[in-house]
Amino acid sequence: MFIKDYIKDIASALKSLATGMKMTGYYFTHHKEIITEQYPDNRDTLVLAERFKGEVVMPHDDNNEHACTGCTSCELACPNGSIKIITKFDVDAETGKRKKAIDTWIYHLDLCTMCGLCVEACPTNAIKMAPTFEHSVFDRNKLVKKLNEDGSKVRAGVE
Amino acid sequence: MWSFSEIAKNIDLWLNGLVGSTWALVLEMVIAGVAVIGLFAALGLVLVIMERKVAAWIQIRLGPNRVGPKGMFQSMADTVKLLVKEGMTPDGADRLLFNVAPFIAMIVAMLLMAPIAFAKDFQLWDMNIGVLYITAVSSLSVIGILMAGWASNNKYSLLGAMRSGAQIVSYELSGGLAILAVVVLTGSISLTDIIKAQENGWWIFKGHIPVIVAFIIYIIAVTAETNRAPFDLAEAESELTAGFHTEYSGMKFALFFLAEYINVFIVCAIGATLFFGGWMPLHIGNWHAFNHIMDYIPSSVWFFGKTFFLIFLIMWFRWTFPRLRIDQLLNLEWKYLLPISMINLLLVTLIAILGWHF
Repeated sequence: MFIKDYIKDIASALKSLATGMKMTGYYFTHHKEIITEQYPDNRDTLVLAERFKGEVVMPHDDNNEHACTGCTSCELACPNGSIKIITKFDVDAETGKRKKAIDTWIYHLDLCTMCGLCVEACPTNAIKMAPTFEHSVFDRNKLVKKLNEDGSKVRAGVE
Repeated sequence: MWSFSEIAKNIDLWLNGLVGSTWALVLEMVIAGVAVIGLFAALGLVLVIMERKVAAWIQIRLGPNRVGPKGMFQSMADTVKLLVKEGMTPDGADRLLFNVAPFIAMIVAMLLMAPIAFAKDFQLWDMNIGVLYITAVSSLSVIGILMAGWASNNKYSLLGAMRSGAQIVSYELSGGLAILAVVVLTGSISLTDIIKAQENGWWIFKGHIPVIVAFIIYIIAVTAETNRAPFDLAEAESELTAGFHTEYSGMKFALFFLAEYINVFIVCAIGATLFFGGWMPLHIGNWHAFNHIMDYIPSSVWFFGKTFFLIFLIMWFRWTFPRLRIDQLLNLEWKYLLPISMINLLLVTLIAILGWHF
């Protein structure tokens, strides 16, 4: 029936408008809900999300050892070639076997889109995304980073 | 006791003693003009910062908080920026109309200030056709917008201006019928009489549900008439860049911006006068003790309090509701608001004739 639908329309319209205004009215009166981060002022207390993808880092433990075997899965997974791994062959002192290891793990932060595919591709969890974002520098050469530290070697048992 | 009407009377007496009555009138007109312009400037500064703060808090943001204490000087800094900017006129534009349009918009806003009673016995022009004058003059504001849109020689400007024309022409009807509800109850179109009639209670409380419906229709119609979201089709940033003022910059843009806020203030002041008793304090029937306590709050505080409450309401709408499409906008007016306000006016007339209101 036309009149019934017409009145129902008006009632539901008023109800939905009131619902919206109740929500915004709640936000207007409850300032604790404000989500603005006053960034340069709150640098010391800034909390970033756990899964924030800022840059690729390679964690090293106290013995200066990492978990990278030099398999280059990350280099193959990278969609825009921001990773270049130079490998070398270590000779085991006891058995005399030659074993593949990384010489330099080059990371081009200036090319990186923070997609995280390298982290997912890594079979040994040697790399991860770090929650840092203050990457600006005056010289872009500084954005090309070497991730493995000098004198570091692969952790024993990681194959 | 200190009041606006005392000050006005003293200035009048002093000027009449100083120079002849003719020159006193001329000087008073100049003073009134300067006062209105001063009020415009102050309102522009206050309303812009208010809008930005309301918007921020509703959207869970902080809003301007860097310039001055709590960001309160932000709008002043913006004004200085606009003042020193270049006022460009595009090559293909109609130079005369283009440059005159912002002033038309401002002059219409200024004309509407005349019948508004800011405090007890304090208004520029106590005319006996106040409501008629307001409805007649407020529709002139569309001319400024059409002028700006046409003269800009820009398709977005023209589209925005045309939409604004369609919008104002249609929403004037239901807005006018909502105003008529109060006129019918009062039996007069003089704003002074309408305020006097609310001495024992405001119309929104005395007039039962039909007056509340009229108020809701009025507030929807004036939101549309002032081209504010959710009816901001004339500007519609996402569709028409900035609508009719796309080509304007610097102070000419600032005048349009100011005229928008002044118009919001004026329609809210008229809404407060019609439905909430203007400067009339909150009186309830024969509760003389209560009424007497309420009289201690100055009438100007009542007026500006009510007006700013309504302004806040309109800002609340703006930051809550999504924009309507042009067909939805016209549907809302012609299929819903207009029939409802016509039936509502009949009900109000019935109440007025039978004397059912308090």
